[in-house]
Amino acid sequence: MIMKPSFNRRRFLGVSGLLAASFGTASLFPAWARSGSAGLPSPDVLSGKEIALTIGESHFATGGRSAHAITVNGTLPAPLIRLREGQNVRIAVTNRLAEQTSIHWHGLLLPFQMDGVPGVSFPGIDPGETFVYEFPLIQSGTYWYHSHSGMQEAMGHYGPMVIDPTDGPHEPYEREHVLVLSDWSPMHPHEQLRRLKLMGGYFNRQKQTLAGLLAGRDQTLKERLEWAAMRMDPTDISDVTGMTYSFLVNGHGTPENWTGLFAPGERVRLRVINASAMTNFNFRVPGLPLSVVAADGLPVQPVETDEVQIAIAETYDFIVTPGEEAAYGIIAEAIDRSGLVRATLARRVGLAAPIPELRNRPLLNMRDMGMDMSGMDMDEGGVIDLSRPANEGMEEHSMSMRDPSVAPDVPLGPGVATLSPMPADRLADRPTGLEDVDHRVLTYADLRAREKNPDPRTPSRQVDVHLTANMERYMWSMDGVALSEGAQPIPFRLNERVRVNLINHTMMPHPIHLHGHFFELVTGEPGHRPRKHTVNVLPGGRVSFDLTADGEGDWAFHCHMLHHMHSGMMRVVTVRRERGEA
Amino acid sequence: MRRLALVALACGLASPAFAQDAHGGHAVHANSAPAGDQTTGHAGMDHSAMDHGEMDHGQAQDADVDHSMHMGHAMEPERAADDTPGDAPPPPVPTDRAADAFFPPAAMERSLAAMYREMTFRTFALQIDQLEYRARSGQDGYGFEGSAWYGGDIDRAVVDFEGEGAFGEKPENIEVSAYWRRALDPWFNLQLGVRHDFRPDPDRTYAMAGIQGLAPYWFEVEGQVFISNKGDVHARLVAAYDQRITQRLILEPELEADFAFQDVPELGIASGFEKIEASARLRYEVTRMFAPYVGVFWERRLGGSADHVRAHGERASAVSAVAGIRIWF
Repeated sequence: MIMKPSFNRRRFLGVSGLLAASFGTASLFPAWARSGSAGLPSPDVLSGKEIALTIGESHFATGGRSAHAITVNGTLPAPLIRLREGQNVRIAVTNRLAEQTSIHWHGLLLPFQMDGVPGVSFPGIDPGETFVYEFPLIQSGTYWYHSHSGMQEAMGHYGPMVIDPTDGPHEPYEREHVLVLSDWSPMHPHEQLRRLKLMGGYFNRQKQTLAGLLAGRDQTLKERLEWAAMRMDPTDISDVTGMTYSFLVNGHGTPENWTGLFAPGERVRLRVINASAMTNFNFRVPGLPLSVVAADGLPVQPVETDEVQIAIAETYDFIVTPGEEAAYGIIAEAIDRSGLVRATLARRVGLAAPIPELRNRPLLNMRDMGMDMSGMDMDEGGVIDLSRPANEGMEEHSMSMRDPSVAPDVPLGPGVATLSPMPADRLADRPTGLEDVDHRVLTYADLRAREKNPDPRTPSRQVDVHLTANMERYMWSMDGVALSEGAQPIPFRLNERVRVNLINHTMMPHPIHLHGHFFELVTGEPGHRPRKHTVNVLPGGRVSFDLTADGEGDWAFHCHMLHHMHSGMMRVVTVRRERGEA
Repeated sequence: MRRLALVALACGLASPAFAQDAHGGHAVHANSAPAGDQTTGHAGMDHSAMDHGEMDHGQAQDADVDHSMHMGHAMEPERAADDTPGDAPPPPVPTDRAADAFFPPAAMERSLAAMYREMTFRTFALQIDQLEYRARSGQDGYGFEGSAWYGGDIDRAVVDFEGEGAFGEKPENIEVSAYWRRALDPWFNLQLGVRHDFRPDPDRTYAMAGIQGLAPYWFEVEGQVFISNKGDVHARLVAAYDQRITQRLILEPELEADFAFQDVPELGIASGFEKIEASARLRYEVTRMFAPYVGVFWERRLGGSADHVRAHGERASAVSAVAGIRIWF
């Protein structure tokens, strides 16, 4: 776990840049992220009204993999910024890179021109320049920040942000730790993308094989033939995998064993942020139930569970009460089970919790293909005949995997391989790969907002947003059109209440993030629906959320799988006053 | 405020429940009803200022709806009437950029263009699929086949190359094709370009058109038609399949058939099926980009073309044991 400035840089670095980079040598990690952390408060947390951040380059190594990284104030993850609800903050961000950079404050409600998306909210921060972000904090909770430029986020440019509520914590706890989960590869993200274009399954080393068939693993021959006929791969769980990724907690891989301390009987608040570029994590602390107290920063009515799938860009706050054990493992497992990271909650430094075995890689099923079979008259065994309607009563719903009537406004070009014939509302479903585990698993339907939803209006209209892709060509888009193809913005009136239906026509989960807003997931009775800034739309499924478009300006709206966003699964959302409105 | 919200509620109730498709996925949005929910007076940023606590219809909503139908694994539940969105028309798409009010428009334009550029991924690749030694009765030989391309998802410039020969002799065949590849649908591509055969003698240039792609059951297929500068017409079909035995050990059978629509005496080709090639290569993917392999390669000339070869004292069919590497850059 060594971070040092990289000396083989071809270009000249200013003195201040070298100074910034050399912070990395002095303090390998900020104290809160250092192994053996006693938790928060921690001395080098950035607080107050004036904060300075410098984006630079460092060398980063974990578990035998090492490469160039992009760091903030010389650390990976970036410094913890801790602010107070109700204050104003000025954050000066200086760019010591050779390319443009930016910081997006993920989940914060702020003026759009401070949101940090080059080309949408501001022009970006050029090399050598300093941009001063200035905004009031009108919310509290666990958030994070990251670059929205190039693919810097995949190279280390992310950090946590905690905003304390004015009226004190809603749930009592004696100690808190911030856990930044991430994936890190020595392969440049552009090269990852190039290889994915050579072969959609480039990083998948868990495909079905003949040896597996003979050993009776995975699908039966009949199922394999049915899926092969559709050119669909049930092992396509993650695009970039443990083949190149090391998985990190606070910048520490399993060998470096990040350790957070506790005293027995303490209630410990874990503020968990999935800052990965391409990895959804299954999160658990074996032996301890997780009491979920906040989702995406906002408090929820406490609900106890054993495992939570934390999609990219989501944050969850848990309270755990460690008991008599000396050490508990904090386990974040990549959902395709190509790897995991173990960190430790320990009574003292030097203890390491056991590393659990990776569980079996999940297989996608018909529901992930957008075929909601429940309530339908299927032959026993679920034989699919793609050439004809499923049964007489459903003639408008042919079971074709690319029936244009399913999404009439989506142009069916090369980038749209499939359309889900019958996407199910999957908010109450256990997420991919956790369907059958024998303990409790959080679903979105388990979440109830602690505060009453602020806007009880019934939406005046609804918008369908289709998530579309072609895995083999590695093309990703919304409504069949990539952003760079000149896609139109999605327009909203200021303060309009709209239901947005996200329909996943792909076999991969998509964590969809809307900047500058929270939305209510349409699950359970209205009034206390969970409010989120990012929602993971399960494969072949749909998610509806109700949005009050109260952030005037232009905002990014995209899949938070970095390669998906980069390939075009992104839109600009405009929120404008109606003509004539003052 | 209260009155406006009640109007919004009324609109919600007025929209018939069946307006939303019960099966999801393609709700029809009629554009007739007026927008009824234009609240005013909120500065965009001040979310905390919203206070709807006094509104009484929240309770009314809670009272009479069976919300359990939202849960579980049933088919898309029909949403209760008072929760059904209305059918207000969407606002027009703005033609301006909000950020232009805060930053120089030229700088915004530049950063937007940079984002589009960054998101328009074009790349180069060199994929040598076969580079092999062929051991056979008589003189041993070699073979190679590969492709170099540059472009994006839809359009690419491609150069394919393949060749074979026996050691110590002039190469038997060297073909290079350069073409534009355009994605036609999710699975298939159009090829339009030229092919030049440097060998055999006399060399030939062809205009070519082809379709290449991924057929159901994961078969890689390619069909091409060629018209030479002398006017002769040929066709070629290729099919291949990757059978994973383990994650790294992969058997790739491949079949190729060449067809001539007329005799071409100077090339020893007779009208009809010219030749077929069948091969199976067992590769071990040390990495995806580098895989050594062993295999067999069988080539058979057919019909009049076979007669021509025999007349020159050669055999019409040959089997080789092959060993080589697949290497991508």
